[in-house]
Amino acid sequence: MSIEVRNVSKHFGAFTALGGVSLKVETGRLTALLGPSGSGKTTLLRIIAGLEFPDPAADPGAGQVLFHGEDVSQVSAGKRGVGFVFQHYALFKHMTVAENIAFGLTVRPRRLRPARPEIARRVNELLRLVQLEKLGGRLPDQLSGGQRQRVALARALAMEPKVLLLDEPFGALDAQVRKEMRSWLRSLHERLHVTTVFVTHDQEEALELADEVVVMNRAKIEQVGTPQEVYDRPVSPFVIEFLGNVNRLAAGSGKLRPPDADVLYVRPHDVDLQRGPGSTHSLRARVLHVFSAGSYGRVTLERLDNGEHFEAEVARDRLRELDLQQGEEVAAMFRHVRLFPRGQFYEADVRDGRLTEASSDAAPTHGAGEHI
Amino acid sequence: MAGTVSTLAYVAKPRQRRSLGDPWWVRAALIGTSLLFVAVFVVAPLAVVFTEALRKGWQAYFAAFADSDARAAIRLTLLAAGIAVPLNLVFGLAASWAIAKFEFRGKALLITLIELPFAVSPVIAGLVYVLLFGAQGWLGPYLDTGNHPWLGPWINAHDLQIIFAVPGIVLATVFVTFPFVARELIPLMQAQGRDEELAALTLGATGWQTFCRITLPNVKWGLFYGVVLCNARAMGEFGAVSVLSGHIRGETNTIPLHVEILYNEYNLQAAFAVASLLTLLALVTLVLKNLVEWRHRRVLEAAAAAELRQFAT
Repeated sequence: MSIEVRNVSKHFGAFTALGGVSLKVETGRLTALLGPSGSGKTTLLRIIAGLEFPDPAADPGAGQVLFHGEDVSQVSAGKRGVGFVFQHYALFKHMTVAENIAFGLTVRPRRLRPARPEIARRVNELLRLVQLEKLGGRLPDQLSGGQRQRVALARALAMEPKVLLLDEPFGALDAQVRKEMRSWLRSLHERLHVTTVFVTHDQEEALELADEVVVMNRAKIEQVGTPQEVYDRPVSPFVIEFLGNVNRLAAGSGKLRPPDADVLYVRPHDVDLQRGPGSTHSLRARVLHVFSAGSYGRVTLERLDNGEHFEAEVARDRLRELDLQQGEEVAAMFRHVRLFPRGQFYEADVRDGRLTEASSDAAPTHGAGEHI
Repeated sequence: MAGTVSTLAYVAKPRQRRSLGDPWWVRAALIGTSLLFVAVFVVAPLAVVFTEALRKGWQAYFAAFADSDARAAIRLTLLAAGIAVPLNLVFGLAASWAIAKFEFRGKALLITLIELPFAVSPVIAGLVYVLLFGAQGWLGPYLDTGNHPWLGPWINAHDLQIIFAVPGIVLATVFVTFPFVARELIPLMQAQGRDEELAALTLGATGWQTFCRITLPNVKWGLFYGVVLCNARAMGEFGAVSVLSGHIRGETNTIPLHVEILYNEYNLQAAFAVASLLTLLALVTLVLKNLVEWRHRRVLEAAAAAELRQFAT
């Protein structure tokens, strides 16, 4: 079932949690709401669930939540057919795992309630699905964090929701379990194909797990796109800084002089290092530190023209070949540079010095041929 | 040099150990003082109650309860507690539910008002009801049968009198015991938060189902504890009830008031016999309270641990 949010605002006292947000989630997609804390992502999720209600809007079209094109703004949480997994799971402490999972079925009005054996069958089926067959009789207190989370998920799935909403699903788990749960949730989604929206502040989680990432900042949506789109073609300085490592360098000094931009962004893996004087497009820098444990070598450098520090990620073979020494001077070449002059997004290929407006299919338009 | 160091270490060890604990005489003085206090102010009075009650033997002890006035007092106490406790149970649940789970204007005021009976002397509470419902009081004229052409006969037929009668006693008891349940439940419910209830709602439960199956089971031990304390106070209340009762033997005397009357008549053995009933109630309450605290602590600890987990992330 598709979800649509139309121009929704939400205030808590003087605090703006959502400032006119619109979003469309297609049926069967796994979507991440990604943003720092206070960006409004959880509020948006709770509004979709019906746990919060949008501020009343003046326009008739605004402040609406639609499921499959149908306005559900006035429908209560219980009647929306939404499965919600809370950040801290909110399991019923005094009920066993099986009773927790069965809860949604046992509270149905008598004529809609399945018979007792049918409920037991469904609970067993769900316990198998979340790989907790033997733990149906346990109390939530007797489970580990990852197990609790799976119980919460099974409980939400018991009512066969058309939409599954998860609030920071991995937030309360430790790093190891988090990784396992991530791939497990991905495979579960592939099996069930329920439209799923989850909230996270972890960009790695969002990029790895989701079909689509919604980047939020300060009560607004910054960008919506596939993980690759938001990573490779970020539309704003916020998105590029929030997603992955990036070097933020002052433009307009030395050799880096793009049109109208004060700041340019370079991903560490887009930095190429060379011995010797380098080409006309390269930047002179001094090696401060070389860190070579891990799949990539990381080199911290200092620009010679203005003293700014930046990082380069170099393949280990290449690093061995270079054999960099601390304090040594090298030439740094930037394979791709991103700048946001006048709110637009440019990409620069430093090897030939061309600057292209990235939004128009990478055809060199504005500022073409500009050397930086 | 090495020798000096090792000697120093040897000497320092016992000294360090001693500095962790206090000298024996400090500990002895502290323990002795508290034991003496308990003996003088708690154990001795308890012992006196039972020895005095049994001074003339078991027959006299039970004879004190055979008296029709004593039986009436016991009946009235049970009636007052039987009305006040359920009323305060419902009120306490409703108030703590509202305070712990919702935000509204005047919440702080409501909390203060709930605590009010603890701050006000019970005698004053009784007097307030006299001023409200007495013949000269604010609401007195409305209770005068002459002012109600329609209601008058009904009031007369049902002999509706509030002060110096049973309704006054019930009112005073309700007032005095009204914070117990709410005070017990508010911190508990606040610690538990709203997530479980919201989860139940998203699973399609109605408000009533959520209350019966989630909220109530989560606070049942706290509720039980509050009810036990509320009941003990309801049965033992003296001041407020004394002002409102009128002390009519066999009609408006509760157990504590009956004890006072017997005592004033120098019928010491009977006074202590009836008093022993209240003392037994206190002991039973203490046992129940400890039982519940033992269960309750585990619930509270779980709630605290859940809260800690929340802060940790």
